[in-house]
Amino acid sequence: MIENLIIFVLASFIGREVISKVPQTLHTPLMSGSNAVSGITIVGALVVAGMVGDPWAMWIGVAALIFATINVVGGFLVTDRMLQMFKKKEQ
Amino acid sequence: MKQAIIDLAYLVSAILFIFGLKRLQSPATARHGNQLAALGMFVAVAATLFMQEILTPAQMLLGVVVGGGIGAIMARRVQMTGMPELVAAFNGFGGIASTLVAGAEIAHILAIGSGSLGAVTAVTIALSMLIGTVTFTGSFVAFGKLSERISGNPISFPGMRPMTLLLVVAVLGGTTWMVMGAPDFPAVADPVVIGAIVVAGAALLLGVLLVIPIGGADMPVVVALLNSYSGLAAAATGFVLDNTVLIVSGALVGASGLILTNIMCVAMNRSLLNVLIGGFGGDSGAKSASAGAGGDMGSVNSTTADDVAIMLAYASKVIFVPGYGMAVAQAQHAVRELADELEKKGVDVKFAVHPVAGRMPGHMNVLLAEANVSYDKLFEMDEINGEFDTTDVAVVIGANDVVNPAARHDKSSPIYGMPILNVDHAATSIVLKRSMRPGYAGIANELFYNSNNQMLFGDAKESIAKVVTEVKAL
Repeated sequence: MIENLIIFVLASFIGREVISKVPQTLHTPLMSGSNAVSGITIVGALVVAGMVGDPWAMWIGVAALIFATINVVGGFLVTDRMLQMFKKKEQ
Repeated sequence: MKQAIIDLAYLVSAILFIFGLKRLQSPATARHGNQLAALGMFVAVAATLFMQEILTPAQMLLGVVVGGGIGAIMARRVQMTGMPELVAAFNGFGGIASTLVAGAEIAHILAIGSGSLGAVTAVTIALSMLIGTVTFTGSFVAFGKLSERISGNPISFPGMRPMTLLLVVAVLGGTTWMVMGAPDFPAVADPVVIGAIVVAGAALLLGVLLVIPIGGADMPVVVALLNSYSGLAAAATGFVLDNTVLIVSGALVGASGLILTNIMCVAMNRSLLNVLIGGFGGDSGAKSASAGAGGDMGSVNSTTADDVAIMLAYASKVIFVPGYGMAVAQAQHAVRELADELEKKGVDVKFAVHPVAGRMPGHMNVLLAEANVSYDKLFEMDEINGEFDTTDVAVVIGANDVVNPAARHDKSSPIYGMPILNVDHAATSIVLKRSMRPGYAGIANELFYNSNNQMLFGDAKESIAKVVTEVKAL
């Protein structure tokens, strides 16, 4: 538990360092991209849904898996779609 | 051994997430960064699938195919103007996933009938459900407001505050129940199960009550904050499952959302608490404002597309100031065409984007990028504010409160102290607007009454198109 807390706090600092340097121009892709990263819950969904043959745990897990996958796949795709539009034109 | 390999794979994906986000620091590397982050997710999922003892591959496949399909369709279909509500919806899905995973963990322990639930785990489950569910309903209310399925006005009703408090008490009560019942779980299941249902149920309503009183103008803050919550929900789930990659990724996203929330609040000169208490801004605007708009502020100069075209074509420096109105009118392509025409005539053209322009952070930049405006022409407020003094014409397209000089000196104004774009410092300013209706904050705009300001009334897209035609003819 304490270990996890340490990891959480240190990761938050890394996040702060990395993200505070993202320019305003990219804030929308940053949000949708980081949103996709938060879909990491997909791993949790896989773990709980796959662990045991109990129907309740499994179906709740599958539901979680569907939602998390929407989050992950949709998030990364839409971010990619946006970022490919950011071009610098040669004058 | 197996666990060690999984943990190492998780470390790799955490590193990929961090490098991916780092590459978002420049538009030139950003796309690659997003791909790195996606690769990181793939590594984490692959490691989990191959290394854990997954007993039911068919259901896994079903979940991934259904979810992936829905996500891909949503990502492909969305218009760039609809990006804020899409991000809100994705946030919501992430939130409910966290709640469900925590719920499945309870069901799992219950099913195997052995093992135990520590008091600390009970608290993390409750937290995961609380944050996840608030994110879920909050995001979908935000989705409704952003897509105008429900009113953008702040909504409140008598007894809302006490009801919110009551729900908080219910969450605390449910959590306490879970903690008390944890030592006897799963032999005696009820306290934990019912406690969890109480927490989730109260959080469901809490998410709604937290977002409905917040007005349309404050939506960027809410979307950023919910983004942060979705990260915290994932991190909380990581605590439940003792899973490092969830904790690290959740913390990264939590920090990201908080930074954006803070930037938005600073750009509006409001505290987060002030935004959350809500009631600020909405479609109808404040009553006093409509009086002010028509009344005591003098008259406005109205102009025509021909005059604007001449003024722009013979200027040496023009700055465009886009706002949400540009998105609503879908005028971004016409604006880009105008900018191209002016550049052909040797005019120095720049775009000034206020941090809270649009309905989410960076919204205007995405729309202009979609319209093929080169990103090195887009400038942040602090970069460009000094340049208005040497600008011949500043063209405001669908922006309002972010260019209102009252924010600088009128202490009675609700937006007093908010940093604004110095459009009034330009030799001439032109404001494209449908009518004299006040903006989202419901405040009359002093800029409109300045002697060197001219109003071009009408639909922004049509007006700009007319100006383009005139400029071409010159």
